[in-house]
Amino acid sequence: MNTVLKLENVEKYYGSKASLTKALDNVSFEVEEGEFVAIMGASGSGKTTLLNCISTIDKVTAGHIYVAGGDITRLKGNALNKFRREELGFIFQDFNLLDTLTAYENIALALSIQNVGVTEIETRVGKMAEKLGITEVLSKYPYQMSGGQKQRVASARAIVTDPKLILADEPTGALDSKSSKMLLESFRYLNREFAATILMVTHDAFTASYATRVIFIKDGKIFNEINRGEHSRKDFFDKIIDVIALLGGDLNDAL
Amino acid sequence: MLFKLAVKNIRKSMQDYAIYFFTLVLGVAIFYVFNAIGSQTVADNLSQTTYEIIGLMNSGLAVVSVFVSVILGALIIYASRFLMKRRNKEFGVYLTLGMSRRRVSMVLFVETLLIGLISLGIGLGLGVILSQFMSIIVANIFEADMSKFTFVFSGEAFRKTLVYFGIMYLLVMIFNTISVSRCRLIDLLNGAKKNEKQKLKSPLLCSILFFVACAALGYAYYMVSDGLEDMSRRVFVGVLILGAVSTFLIFWSLSGLLLKLFMAWRRSYYRGLNSFTLRQFASKINTMVLSMTIICLMLFITICVLGSAFSISRSMNANIKAMAPMDVQIEKSWNKEWPSNPEIEEDSKVDVVTTLKRNGYQVERELKDVTIVNYYWEQELTIQSFLEEYLDDVLKNYAFIRADQPELLMKISDYNRVAALFGTEVYSLGTDEYIVISDLDSVVTARNYVLWQGKTITIDGKEYHSKYTECQPGFVEMASSHINVGIILVPDEAVNDSMLYENILLANYNVEDKVAKDVSEQRLVELLDEIYITKSFFSYDTRQHIADASVGLGAIVTFIGLYLGIIFLMASAAVLALKELSESADNGTRFEILRKIGTDERMLNCALFRQIGIFFLFPLLLAVIHSVFGLKCCNIILETFGTGQMGNALAITALIIVAIYGGYFLVTYFSSKRMLKSEQ
Repeated sequence: MNTVLKLENVEKYYGSKASLTKALDNVSFEVEEGEFVAIMGASGSGKTTLLNCISTIDKVTAGHIYVAGGDITRLKGNALNKFRREELGFIFQDFNLLDTLTAYENIALALSIQNVGVTEIETRVGKMAEKLGITEVLSKYPYQMSGGQKQRVASARAIVTDPKLILADEPTGALDSKSSKMLLESFRYLNREFAATILMVTHDAFTASYATRVIFIKDGKIFNEINRGEHSRKDFFDKIIDVIALLGGDLNDAL
Repeated sequence: MLFKLAVKNIRKSMQDYAIYFFTLVLGVAIFYVFNAIGSQTVADNLSQTTYEIIGLMNSGLAVVSVFVSVILGALIIYASRFLMKRRNKEFGVYLTLGMSRRRVSMVLFVETLLIGLISLGIGLGLGVILSQFMSIIVANIFEADMSKFTFVFSGEAFRKTLVYFGIMYLLVMIFNTISVSRCRLIDLLNGAKKNEKQKLKSPLLCSILFFVACAALGYAYYMVSDGLEDMSRRVFVGVLILGAVSTFLIFWSLSGLLLKLFMAWRRSYYRGLNSFTLRQFASKINTMVLSMTIICLMLFITICVLGSAFSISRSMNANIKAMAPMDVQIEKSWNKEWPSNPEIEEDSKVDVVTTLKRNGYQVERELKDVTIVNYYWEQELTIQSFLEEYLDDVLKNYAFIRADQPELLMKISDYNRVAALFGTEVYSLGTDEYIVISDLDSVVTARNYVLWQGKTITIDGKEYHSKYTECQPGFVEMASSHINVGIILVPDEAVNDSMLYENILLANYNVEDKVAKDVSEQRLVELLDEIYITKSFFSYDTRQHIADASVGLGAIVTFIGLYLGIIFLMASAAVLALKELSESADNGTRFEILRKIGTDERMLNCALFRQIGIFFLFPLLLAVIHSVFGLKCCNIILETFGTGQMGNALAITALIIVAIYGGYFLVTYFSSKRMLKSEQ
């Protein structure tokens, strides 16, 4: 198996010398190709900072992040944008769909900024929509869709470019439980059938239980890590709850 | 504390204020420049005639200034409302923190005051510099001596600018205070969370409306150009309203249609950010149709006003050579009754040359090319009796024509001598024929109806019929434009001395260079002014006077046109810019999404540039099409001014539009770019 993502002693500090906040403190881990990893932590634990650093939206203070072997902490300017649009796919809590474009156009945009030809865009968007069950909403605008549909459209946009790594930031945060379940089923489907590598940040144990591996973060440090192995999702969920109990603090409140 | 807060606020939202500030500075500068024209020192070096004209121009500009200040005032209030909206949340926070409304108003008051003072200072500085350039232009137009050029500062214009803008700022402050004291906290805090729904238009309805609007516009275009001649004022206003309504419909329907068209062209639509840019445009044009219409119409008026103003003044300058071919012309009535002054009665029994000689003027030495001709008249043959039922058409347009005045008659040989001198066409006549010479277009039209019906006139009991079925071009009296109402040329034997009406002398000064001509003119004019009404009664005109008056008239029209045109242009560009900027809150999140999915910064800037560019270009494009016909219409209406070549006028107009409109475009682009960057 290839290593898609590798973090080496990543540190991220905020503030000045007088009052220093360590958002990330010596974080190291690897994600293999075809893995579905969830990162859990309470608010303020540093999980979003971690995601921002991996997605190059934020810069690390020290350490290195390798995506498919390349060191992305050394990238600058347009090379960053190129990396972002060609190697990464993003799924956000609040969907981040362009409200002026239809679902089809939203998905197509991810390809058209890579200068993909019209006919190829058509076939790829069509296929992806079929996989995610959103073919009938393609001509609709975001405001005409349900939350679950929006998030699946956003997922389609993230995946249609065949990225090396899909980053999802609280993807179920704004969805009801039924829509959450549908979305997570799609994630699992993509992960199993197409070996898509997914890194998902969440504070919800149910959401995390769909992953193959869960990494827990507390105060900027990796606290624990559990593998699903051959367990059923239900068992995995119980294991996650156990770790959360161990973690203590306000993560319980988030459940 | 209040002051500190205000200063910090201004510094923080400087980029939001850029457009507001730009508009204020430009407004102040333009206001000063045009009000300072009158007091430029170079104006002192001008001749008496032009000096009077500058006085006239100043009173004209003063009236226009009131109108302009109303426009600027409305613009400033609009701009400050835009700023208020952007800062709703900030005011909401102040209020939740327990600051009283009065204190929030005070903060705003201080801010407005500071911005006002700074912009007034910079604007006046800029105005003083610009007015130096303006005085060069003024001197150029009035041909003043530039050697005495000095730096001038117009105290009066300065005071006027201060007072007018002071009132405007005061209004803005009152307006702001009212709007703060009336707003609700919940609206302030949730102001940004406004859901925008896209209205979808039926493409069929769009297409139908588009073609209807195009047809209506085509009809309006036809009416104001080719169909203008026989249109009443009522219909004309109707046509203008039709044009405005169809402009609105075109924007409305195009917003739906353009998108559909581009979407059908898939290859281009799905390239880069094109789909995003077009959707941005389409989504906004829905909400901006009305303001785009108004901006388009404002631009249209601007182009027409600027274009006509320049071309009037230019063609006036060009006309003078043709319209005033001789240096001097004196007209004196024959056999005048003047009971109180027998000397004048006696004088009116001799011709002009005799009068001049009697008063010690050496005609042979001073003048050359001396030509003396006479007007005759036949009491029964009045303008009314000639035009009959077409009289009303003429009087409607030219109230100065006196219907009971007898028509002017002239011997064909007399006229031909003048024509040879002027270089205009000479004519020949049979013994029972006459020709009408006229060059005032509407009068020509009316006379042509009469002539076409074969009008016969009776002079001294003998009947004459017209040689031509149309008026012939030409004139005898020099003037700044074509205003010859009509002269009837008759065979020499048709008139006799008992019908004499006026004696006309046309001559050139007997010197060559301009300086010597000025000296000769001064000698003659001094003499004429001395004997006027004391010894003789006459009227005279010189080429110099005609040139001065005509150039002056042209200059008034140009300056007032420039003034209004620039203000209109500024107002429309500013409104467009503010609209565009107020959208950038929504744009911020959209661009953020694009950035997150990895769009290049260059691609984003390009999309932003295109988006704003289309917005500025779209109304301009339609306005330019409107103007093609609008200028045609102006040309027809302004026929009496003899508008000629518009090419140069249009070039200058284009330059002004590019400078101001383009300036606003760039400021908008850079402000939006900064706003979108800072939200990262």
